[in-house]
Amino acid sequence: MITLDHVTKNYLNTSALNQVNLEFKKGSIVGIVGENGSGKSTTLKLIAGLLRPTKGKVLVDEKKANRLISRKVAYMSELESVYPFFTVGEAINYFESQFEDFNREKAEEVLKFLQLSDDQKVKNLSKGNKGRLKMTITLAREAPYILLDEPFAGLDPMVRNSIVKGLIRFIDLEKQALILTTHEIREIEPVLDEVVAIQNGNIIGREHVESIRDNQKDVVTWMEELYN
Amino acid sequence: MPQDFQKDKPIYLQLMTQLSSEIIRGERKAGDKLPSVREYAIEAGVNPNTMSKTYKELESMGVVEFRRGQGTFVTEDYNRLEKLRTQMKEEYIESFIKDMKELGFSAKETLDGLQSYYEKEDDG
Repeated sequence: MITLDHVTKNYLNTSALNQVNLEFKKGSIVGIVGENGSGKSTTLKLIAGLLRPTKGKVLVDEKKANRLISRKVAYMSELESVYPFFTVGEAINYFESQFEDFNREKAEEVLKFLQLSDDQKVKNLSKGNKGRLKMTITLAREAPYILLDEPFAGLDPMVRNSIVKGLIRFIDLEKQALILTTHEIREIEPVLDEVVAIQNGNIIGREHVESIRDNQKDVVTWMEELYN
Repeated sequence: MPQDFQKDKPIYLQLMTQLSSEIIRGERKAGDKLPSVREYAIEAGVNPNTMSKTYKELESMGVVEFRRGQGTFVTEDYNRLEKLRTQMKEEYIESFIKDMKELGFSAKETLDGLQSYYEKEDDG
């Protein structure tokens, strides 16, 4: 389980998160939604141990989230994170050497599923294929927690669709949990168990997607009502 | 491409209706094996937990059967399938009648309308 216990995060003068309490359990897919600068990415970086909370605690399976937590947490940044001089195959080799839980066979399966070939140079890949490669590297890890920061940003609908299918295909919800941040709520909605809405560093709502629909609403309407 | 879902109704209910319709139309026959939860989830572009709930609900209705180590199958209980067909008919009629009432049509107007619609269709 991942627990954020009264977590506040300030950057110099600005506050990114404000007394946030959140829990994430294995077996589900949760989407964190909110405007730019609302604190979505900060939340993921805190769980990944890339940032330290100003106040409060971030625990992953009861251990404090610090740099070593990357053993349990596979984090995909919204930035480009693969050296451009590698080929796709070399990038896979490199990440295999960095993470004990990296499953080579799974990486090759994901590559095939997303239709990437391993002799292409990373710097020559299209934006869509760079997105697919990052996804491959992240999903090939058998980490209990997978975090994806804006996995669809700037990608065209075809690529988004193949990434959504890749997620469904390769996440093992019996052993893993997936948390992602996104703007593209409509596309990912059928894949989410729950949504968490965040605004100015505060959690303003959390609900099961099927319960929202059960109340004859869609997620976008639910969000709009929370924001008003 | 992934399936489009009605936005304000639980996805598992929509998938249940979809599967039931496929069974009633005979696209899936008694005893046919259904795709695995994961395969079907990928095909429909939905969360595997949602697909698993769809199968469980259909199983508790007796429309499909889970056989250990083999997968999920359309039931071979023809009475159950006939009942499903009746249920489906009643559901569609109910929703149609509700709409007609809301529009202010009487039972007679609706029935006459249906009859002349079918007569026209038979001629054409």
